[in-house]
Amino acid sequence: MSTASDQYYVPEGSHWPIIAAGGVFVLFIGFAFWMNGVGAGKIFSVVGTLITVYLFYGWFKSVIHESLSGKYNTQVDSSFRQGMMWFITSEVAFFAVLFGALAYFRIITLPYLGGEGFLANSHLLWPEFDATWPILTPPNPEAYPPTEAMGPMGIPLLNTILLLTSGATITWAHHGLKHNNQKVLVVGLILTIALGATFMGFQAYEYYHAYHALNLTLNSGVYGSTFYILTGFHGLHVTIGTIMLIFIAIRSAQGHFTPEKHFAFEGVAWYWHFVDVVWIGLYIFVYWL
Amino acid sequence: MTAEALDNHHDHGPPKGYKRWLFSTNHKDIGTMYLIFATVMLFLGGGMAMLIRAELFIPGLQLVEPNFYNNMVTNHALVMIFGAIMPAAAGMANWMIPMMIGAPDMALPRLNNLSFWLLPMAAIMLIMAMVVPFFGGGAPVATGWTLYPPLSVQAGMGMDLTIFAIHTLGISSILASINIITTIINMRAPGMTWMKMPLFVWAWFFTALLLILVMPALAGGVTMLLFDRHFGTSFFDAAGGGDPVLFQHLFWFFGHPEVYVLLLPSIGVLGIVIPAFSRKPLFGYKPLVYWMGFLTALGLVVWAHHQYTIGMSVAATTYFMIGTILVSIPIGLMLFNFIFTMWRGAMTFETPMLFAIAIILMFAFAGTTGVMLAVVPADMQYHDTYFVVAHFHYALIPGALFGLYAGVFYWLPKWTGHMYDETLGKIFFWWTTIAFNVTFFPQHFVGLAGMPRRIADYSAQFTDINIISSIGGIMFGLSHLLFLYIIIKTVRGGKPAEAKSWEGAQVGTPGLEWTVASPPPFHTFTTPPVVK
Amino acid sequence: MSGRLSAVPILKKLFCCSGLLAAASPVSAEYALNLPEPASELTREVYDLHMLTAKIALYITLIVTAVVFYAIFKFRKSKNYEPDQNFHTGKFGTWSWVLVPIIVLGIDLSISAPAIKTLHLIEDKTEADMTVKVIGTQWKWIYEYMEDDVRIVSSMLSEEEAEKAEGEGYLRTVDNPLVLPVGKRIRFLHTATDVLHAWWVPSITVKKDSIPGYITETWTIIDKEGLYHGQCAENCGRGHSYMPIQVAAVSQAEYDEWLNNKKQEQLAALQEASSDKTWSKEELMSKGEAVYKTNCLACHQANGAGVPGAFPALKGSPVAAGPVDKHIEIVLKGVKGTAMAPWASLNDFELAAVITYERNAWGNDTGDLVQPAAIKSAR
Ligand code: HEA
Ligand code: HEA
Ligand code: HEC
Ligand code: CUA
Ligand SMILES: [Cu+2]
Repeated sequence: MSTASDQYYVPEGSHWPIIAAGGVFVLFIGFAFWMNGVGAGKIFSVVGTLITVYLFYGWFKSVIHESLSGKYNTQVDSSFRQGMMWFITSEVAFFAVLFGALAYFRIITLPYLGGEGFLANSHLLWPEFDATWPILTPPNPEAYPPTEAMGPMGIPLLNTILLLTSGATITWAHHGLKHNNQKVLVVGLILTIALGATFMGFQAYEYYHAYHALNLTLNSGVYGSTFYILTGFHGLHVTIGTIMLIFIAIRSAQGHFTPEKHFAFEGVAWYWHFVDVVWIGLYIFVYWL
Repeated sequence: MTAEALDNHHDHGPPKGYKRWLFSTNHKDIGTMYLIFATVMLFLGGGMAMLIRAELFIPGLQLVEPNFYNNMVTNHALVMIFGAIMPAAAGMANWMIPMMIGAPDMALPRLNNLSFWLLPMAAIMLIMAMVVPFFGGGAPVATGWTLYPPLSVQAGMGMDLTIFAIHTLGISSILASINIITTIINMRAPGMTWMKMPLFVWAWFFTALLLILVMPALAGGVTMLLFDRHFGTSFFDAAGGGDPVLFQHLFWFFGHPEVYVLLLPSIGVLGIVIPAFSRKPLFGYKPLVYWMGFLTALGLVVWAHHQYTIGMSVAATTYFMIGTILVSIPIGLMLFNFIFTMWRGAMTFETPMLFAIAIILMFAFAGTTGVMLAVVPADMQYHDTYFVVAHFHYALIPGALFGLYAGVFYWLPKWTGHMYDETLGKIFFWWTTIAFNVTFFPQHFVGLAGMPRRIADYSAQFTDINIISSIGGIMFGLSHLLFLYIIIKTVRGGKPAEAKSWEGAQVGTPGLEWTVASPPPFHTFTTPPVVK
Repeated sequence: MSGRLSAVPILKKLFCCSGLLAAASPVSAEYALNLPEPASELTREVYDLHMLTAKIALYITLIVTAVVFYAIFKFRKSKNYEPDQNFHTGKFGTWSWVLVPIIVLGIDLSISAPAIKTLHLIEDKTEADMTVKVIGTQWKWIYEYMEDDVRIVSSMLSEEEAEKAEGEGYLRTVDNPLVLPVGKRIRFLHTATDVLHAWWVPSITVKKDSIPGYITETWTIIDKEGLYHGQCAENCGRGHSYMPIQVAAVSQAEYDEWLNNKKQEQLAALQEASSDKTWSKEELMSKGEAVYKTNCLACHQANGAGVPGAFPALKGSPVAAGPVDKHIEIVLKGVKGTAMAPWASLNDFELAAVITYERNAWGNDTGDLVQPAAIKSAR
């Protein structure tokens, strides 16, 4: 009565999930051991990473295979879309937490430590402390050495332009895809990847500069801590996004996508835009204000 | 509902052997694994509780070292909450939601399997975290489940394992929530409109939403903790301009909604069980749904009532107090609607119904002690005493655990195809309910009299109440052996259950679970049923 | 009931415990089921608020129980009650969703109103007559009388010592209670050196957390003389149950006398420490033992054996028996990220003494003598 494509596709048993769970386990155990100087830690971490890489490769491969063999009807497709949307929602929540921490330090604790507000007495403990943001000299400079501030001009501005442009190029690629123009699609993607990679390069240089010229390190009090956790997690997302883009570009070149059905492309594009928006927040709140 | 749903010639049965479980993409099998895992964890966490109660039986240190005691308190809470309650609720979601809304399976079946298999991994990490201090892994995690720094910065390797276990649990919860919410939005059978969904489905919808929004806060918090511990950052160290209290905000921004994550699935179960045994439709279905949404929203913005004593501004404290007290409105309405579902019904008192009634009474009490705690000046006396311990065990055990028991007994015939032994079920109910009250009711008073929580040793004036509480605790623990026996007995055989196992099942709800056989075929709906 | 892990003597403990109960009759007399009787205006208000909410809790629970039980007995199938299938569509069914919230809101607001009033009293910042800085540290309390430059350290008495002290009992008695005058407005500034603690004396003041690096504030006016008990109320690790508080509220005259004595004592100690004298081994050892007992014993234990997994043994430790410089450095600067705090707040003589003690006690027979001068140069 029903044909394959209007029936919801429930995959047969798959060994990827359990490999994923095992990979996560080995990886995390490895990290925990490593951080505490247990010898096997490094080995576990490396093995865990390898399993994870293998797993993503394998799992996506089988999904792509199913997709190409037309097993997914529109309902499956919209399950994927919604899944991706909710995933990005949780990512937004994660970055909101990191930004929230930054706001908390700047709006709430900084005045306390400087002798204003509800816990103003705290200033008694840090009489020398100058409560201005960025905190260049932390309350206890012996434990957390002083630093210089990272300005908004130069590399950060350049990086902003790069990422905004990459947002445009991926939209251009999408446009190409929708109009069945494969050349635009592939070129757009390659441009996006190039912009993302350049961004990462600059970011790496900026870290180097911060560590060696400004003495801005993880150890520089909350200014350094929030700077690195925000830019670091963002950078991690750019890296992941770039890798995903590379795979999408390869698949585009092989003609996997049609103007109607290209969830994988769209998922990655959403993700990329999300990373973009986070950067704008970063630029405003971390570098600029 | 059409005949096609029952016509399962597409059904090719489960794969054989270990592959059925390890590689499963079947919502029922995964649900079963969740439920088994939760039971194992209940016994693990309960075993720790038994040791806690044994240590607290009399003053002095008898069995364990104080650091290990607090390590056990930490793991008792983490294992119970993340290992027992949440997986049990997720197991029921897995089993029931697709069947209720007429879906062939969960929206993302492989992800579903991953969500499950991450849990045992996390459980192993938690157990390792408890064990490594004995092998030179530094100080144990003696912080309590709240993991407040700077104490958690002092702990040894166990803390890192706990942090990674929490990451793993977090990934699992988020993936499971994404899956459930997508299933609810995208996989409803034709005609199963939003406002026809059984209350359990709605409850899980909000639960999943909460989890997606708040789990990242915990993940972020423990990540910062990890960085403070190992990479020189100073998020929680005033010497660098940080603040230990920030961690508390992050933790409770997760932690308070988390208690509604634990509560809501059980509320969903009550919304199914009470109409069934009152033989009349749920009273005020729509208001329940709306107020549940309100609870979800309000639950997100009242977290700091766990931190009244840290020194917040008067304005902030007042806001959190009033916000918290207002939670009594949606939850009050829920209990009210349940009571008025029973009103003018024709009640019978099978085990699930007994649990449901007991929950209404005990949870009303738990909620009102919650409102006592919400009152800032008074909480400055209650905070971190056994009064709080008593409040939250009243909230967690009736509010979450017993609700899940009600669900287990209600759906056991559906899952196994056998009726459980009603007499034993009733014995279990009375035994466990009485023992529970003996354990935790007196703790309110020892808390008021001044006994702080998280202490391995207490002064002599608290002895009498602790003896009562410990005896109750052991009785409570033992009752669970009967629970286990009933379950195993039912799985292995018993009176065959009909497709519609309860006379009043399905009253007022168009949930489709009672239209399929008991136990249901391996693949329930190969073509979507139609709800009229 | 020492801090040792022991499996065997449970029965002995039970026996000893009942003995303790019987012997310490004042303890059983204090046997209570509610908050202790308030000894200040503020705690009295809090107490009244607590009784109000507790009553509301009780009544609501009773009402719910009554309604449910009525329903259970009335609307049951065994009485052939016919379910009213349209009950939820009637007027009551359609409007109860506004009715109930309004009633509950009313109760909520009538709880909030007095609560807000008391909250403002708690946070009242009227000028105080005196200020005491309360410092929580693993696992004892340090009190600084800010105006008088007096500093006392208050740690729990061991079980044997507690029994010797007047029948107060186990885990409740300290060596130096906080002495305060009645009738004066006292401001407490709370902070901590290492982890979170919370100073809580139920009868005189509400609880506030002590947060390292920050200062929180409470106040009280004690209106009755007496000895008030409290406990640390925020988990601070292994010794969390061993941080009792005692507050001795005395008349102004008594207080002044006590304060004077303390000042004298402190002056003597200061002179002792700043004299450039070279101390003998006996002097250093006996002072060292005293310093060790108040400051280090909680972690490293009386016999220097530490607690495996948590606190290293000093007995035979490579530090305590190794190069002196390393030892001085660890004690002065602490070990970051562990419970070992910097002890620079002790004076040179105390530090020299405790280090000498550690290097010569428990069979660590290094024979080294550390003089205050060595500490001074290491600072
Ligand atoms: C299932 C879990 C659960 C649930 C549902 C609740 C529900 C509530 N809790 Fe509880 N709570 C916990 C689990 C839970 N809690 C845990 C685990 C902790 C301790 C964590 C830790 O520190 O380790 C805790 C701690 C805790 C604190 C912190 C105490 C402290 O540490 O000092 C507070 C303070 O406000 C609080 C308040 C409340 C309130 C107001 C509700 C409300 O939601 C209750 C609302 C319900 C009702 C009020 C009853 C029904 C209503 C009526 C019958 C209508 C009429 C009623 C009135 C007008 C009052 N809880
Ligand atoms: C849903 C969650 C949940 C559940 C179900 C429970 C269940 C129980 N809890 Fe738990 N508890 C918490 C959540 C929960 N708890 C939390 C969040 C804390 C706070 C932690 C913190 O401070 O950080 C806490 C803290 C806590 C304390 C306070 C410790 C302290 O502050 O020092 C105590 C003390 O009595 C206690 C007791 C119990 C008891 C007796 C049970 C009983 O219900 C247990 C029933 C027993 C069983 C289900 C097991 C039956 C098994 C057997 C009989 C055989 C066992 C043998 C083996 C396994 C070998 N709990
Ligand atoms: C709150 C607990 C605590 C207190 C109080 C404490 N210590 Fe320590 N101490 C520690 C811990 C934990 C370490 C281990 C640090 C590490 O991991 O290197 C330590 C390490 C040491 C060491 C190094 C031992 C070794 O072998 O590494 C010395 C010496 C020492 N402490 C001396 C002292 C002295 C002297 C005092 C009191 C004036 C004191 N400690 C008080 C917790 C404490
Ligand atoms: Cu100090 Cu608990
Ligand atoms: Cu809460």
